[in-house]
Amino acid sequence: MDNWKDNRNVFWTLATPGTFWLFVFFILPLGFLFVMSFSDKAIIDGQISITEYDYLTGVTNYFRSVEPLYLQIMWKSIWVSALATALCLLTAYPIAFGICFAPDRWKPLLLLLVVLPFWINLLIRTYALIAVFRTQGYLNLTLGVAGLGPYEMLYNNFAVIFGLVYVYMPFMVLPLYATIERLDKSFLEASLDLGATQFTTFLKVTVPLTMPGIITGIILVFIPCLGSFLTPDLLGGANAIMIGNVIERQFKAANDWPFGAALSFMLMYATLAALMLRAFLASRSKGVDV
Amino acid sequence: MTEPIVSIRGVSKKFPGGIIAVDNVHVDIAQNEFFALLGPSGCGKTTLLRMISGLETPTEGQIMIGGEDMALTPPNKRPTNMVFQSYAVFPHMTVEDNVAYGLRVTGVAADETTRRTAEALEMVKLSHLAKRKPDQMSGGQRQRVALARALVKRPKVLLLDEPLSALDAKLRDDMRMELTRLQETVGITFIIVTHDQDEALSMASRIAVMDKGAVQQIATPSELYEQPTTRFVADFIGKVNLIDAKVLSTTAKAITCEAKGLGKMSVPTNKSCGDTVAIAVRPEKLKLSVSKPADAKLLAIAGKVRDVAYYGDTSHVVVSASDGLDLQINVQNDTRTGGSGVERGQKIWVSWAPDDSIVLTE
Amino acid sequence: MAALLKPGSGPLDYGNRLWLKCLFVLIYLMLYIPIITLIAFSFNTDKRGIVWRGFTFDNYVKAWNNSALIEALTNSIVIAIIATIISTVIGAMVALMLWRFRFPFKGTYEAFMGLPIVIPEICMGVALLLFFNESGMMEFVVNTPWPLNLSNIIIAHVAFCFPFVTVVVRSRLVGFNRQLEEASKDLGASEWQTFWKVIVPFMMPGLVAGALLAFTLSLDDFVITFFTSGPETVTFPVKVYSLVRRGVSPEINAASTVLIVITVVATVIAMKLQAPAKAGKG
Repeated sequence: MDNWKDNRNVFWTLATPGTFWLFVFFILPLGFLFVMSFSDKAIIDGQISITEYDYLTGVTNYFRSVEPLYLQIMWKSIWVSALATALCLLTAYPIAFGICFAPDRWKPLLLLLVVLPFWINLLIRTYALIAVFRTQGYLNLTLGVAGLGPYEMLYNNFAVIFGLVYVYMPFMVLPLYATIERLDKSFLEASLDLGATQFTTFLKVTVPLTMPGIITGIILVFIPCLGSFLTPDLLGGANAIMIGNVIERQFKAANDWPFGAALSFMLMYATLAALMLRAFLASRSKGVDV
Repeated sequence: MTEPIVSIRGVSKKFPGGIIAVDNVHVDIAQNEFFALLGPSGCGKTTLLRMISGLETPTEGQIMIGGEDMALTPPNKRPTNMVFQSYAVFPHMTVEDNVAYGLRVTGVAADETTRRTAEALEMVKLSHLAKRKPDQMSGGQRQRVALARALVKRPKVLLLDEPLSALDAKLRDDMRMELTRLQETVGITFIIVTHDQDEALSMASRIAVMDKGAVQQIATPSELYEQPTTRFVADFIGKVNLIDAKVLSTTAKAITCEAKGLGKMSVPTNKSCGDTVAIAVRPEKLKLSVSKPADAKLLAIAGKVRDVAYYGDTSHVVVSASDGLDLQINVQNDTRTGGSGVERGQKIWVSWAPDDSIVLTE
Repeated sequence: MAALLKPGSGPLDYGNRLWLKCLFVLIYLMLYIPIITLIAFSFNTDKRGIVWRGFTFDNYVKAWNNSALIEALTNSIVIAIIATIISTVIGAMVALMLWRFRFPFKGTYEAFMGLPIVIPEICMGVALLLFFNESGMMEFVVNTPWPLNLSNIIIAHVAFCFPFVTVVVRSRLVGFNRQLEEASKDLGASEWQTFWKVIVPFMMPGLVAGALLAFTLSLDDFVITFFTSGPETVTFPVKVYSLVRRGVSPEINAASTVLIVITVVATVIAMKLQAPAKAGKG
């Protein structure tokens, strides 16, 4: 690797466009948002203005964001995401495991089938779920034939969690597949050979040795779940709103941008906390890295 | 022979796709034997070992361990333990936890686990590294962990898959002696898989030589070397000169045959032979002389020295005898000044005692 | 579990386990039933799209004649193509820079470059909304002719796409043997020639993969576009969103099927393009 001083022209040519774009269209907007989160709507002629703001007036927005109502939604977003992540892990692990142990000629197809939905538009996939789940949807129609239902399956927490699992499962399968595939199978054989049952082997050898993949998968699913807006909006409706929906409301319907900005930063802090937890766990399981 | 500890009866293993890894193998291994499965890579020896451990299941045949049929017994219920080629020492556990693993998962009491783990570590001289993680250890040390981890289970049979292949030359010699010592102290049957004939010859009490999934010969090391039964075994174990000969007549104790350049000769054997045989002679059994040896009983052939390779203790001389027949002769360099005493291009006689010839029929 | 071993099947042959096979079928069904029904019902004659009443292409014709839907689809594709080109170029340049040079605060720089990948989309969406609004770009684009009125969406898409391209291209560059570069220079090629004749061909699979990722991310994006699009311009996902809020209709199924086909075909083409390059990786 060269020192940047060795070839300044090349360095600046390569660095400038990306750095410019990142700074002007990402960092700077975040800076605007940050300033906005400490601002208030301006009061002009005794009326609250819709378009003008008093900048950097204080932290009142943050105080509001930890009011019980919003804290509750934040908390709910966290547990809904955690539950969806756990369900993703429970379904993705056997899938990733099975693909790794499938006959070689089946592997690419099985993997492709898991990843393909990832390439299909998120909105379309969510829309497809609505068609399946709604009261007059295919699932209730099928149940109706069996003499059951119809059940209200949309617009509740169940629908949101199912939707999140459905949408983000490929993110869990891929890192798990990568670590299990790299795992030296003789560790599992050694464990069986030493008298452990299949189940003990799984708990004491397979899981610890694939922990890096598990952690990566959890992060890759948990973070988008926590910040999700579309899935709870379309599948959860008014009954199952998450923090993303509250933020959207502040910027669209409620038109309270300063408060929305503060909530956005709360969400970002939660995300960064999850990432730091991951870095911490990764450094602890260093010896396991396979 | 007492009841064999491992009895392999007509075992075959076919992999999907029609590859036959092991083909109708019969082997009986006695209590306390140090048994080696020897063969080139891909001969099926590792597959056979894995079938004994239960990590593979035979497609045909029966494996008995301690008199019990193992067909329905999964690896974790078998009285065998394995030292893997890659050692497979769990990287997320300390040395101690690795060794104790097999005891803990089978519900051995905690105090007994501690005691036996300590003993096993003592036995492989690793007590001082008990708290280390495997990634802080050398290959040789990791192998000792793998050994201790298997031995602590007190298996009836210890299986070793190419245990020395990943070690460097010096360490390999030490480990070879260590394994022999261990086998004598613990009194467990060892079955070792190796592709290295020196390893097998120096450690094992009996060796099964395998090729293309089939067992070629089962014998003690010296029998294998001095009385190979097939061309493959003669060629695979040590160096050998093979001379094709036409059989002229046979008696119960010897055959008379004719080979190019050697003329008629009588070679002792009790095998029944077909029309053609191969006469095998080890290079160190051949003698060089400038003139035809006086002893008429010796078999002798004239030739020209084609190549001399100096190896310190010995020199390997290649003599071109009759057309197409090259013989290798190993000469001891038993004086400091003499060397092999021959030079390239020199005319020379090669001779050996008829008793040193091995008749190979297949 | 597995007390009985079937002949010829080892304890690690999990692929043969019945329970695992059943689970596979179940999960794959769960993944595909919604999509397949969506596609199937785009050919349904029933207006409300619930019961199968017969095969028809009417929904496609209706979708085709729905000028708002077509405009949204065109917008989406134009945005995706332009954003992909810009992101691939910028992303690859950053990747080259990070691969080639040491410089102060490189770790911090990389962390910032990774931020658009990790922070929640909605945060980025509202930040850009605020930015475009305050800088006056939002008003500006409303009255500009097509496709200039898409420029803020394109800018936003590039901002979240190019860091992905950087990651993909950089991971490809890690495998580059710098002796190839030295050999090329030793044989008399200039730095510029070496770049085009040695480094770019090596990067190509990474560029294709990165471009494909950028294209899909852009085409797929709803949240950021939702916040950054002006009142007059919509992309396909934003349009579908407003339609879905009003209810399910076979017309949306038809339009969605078209988009699914476009993405799947693009993916397959990109994979085909990548395959021979991969084989010659050496």
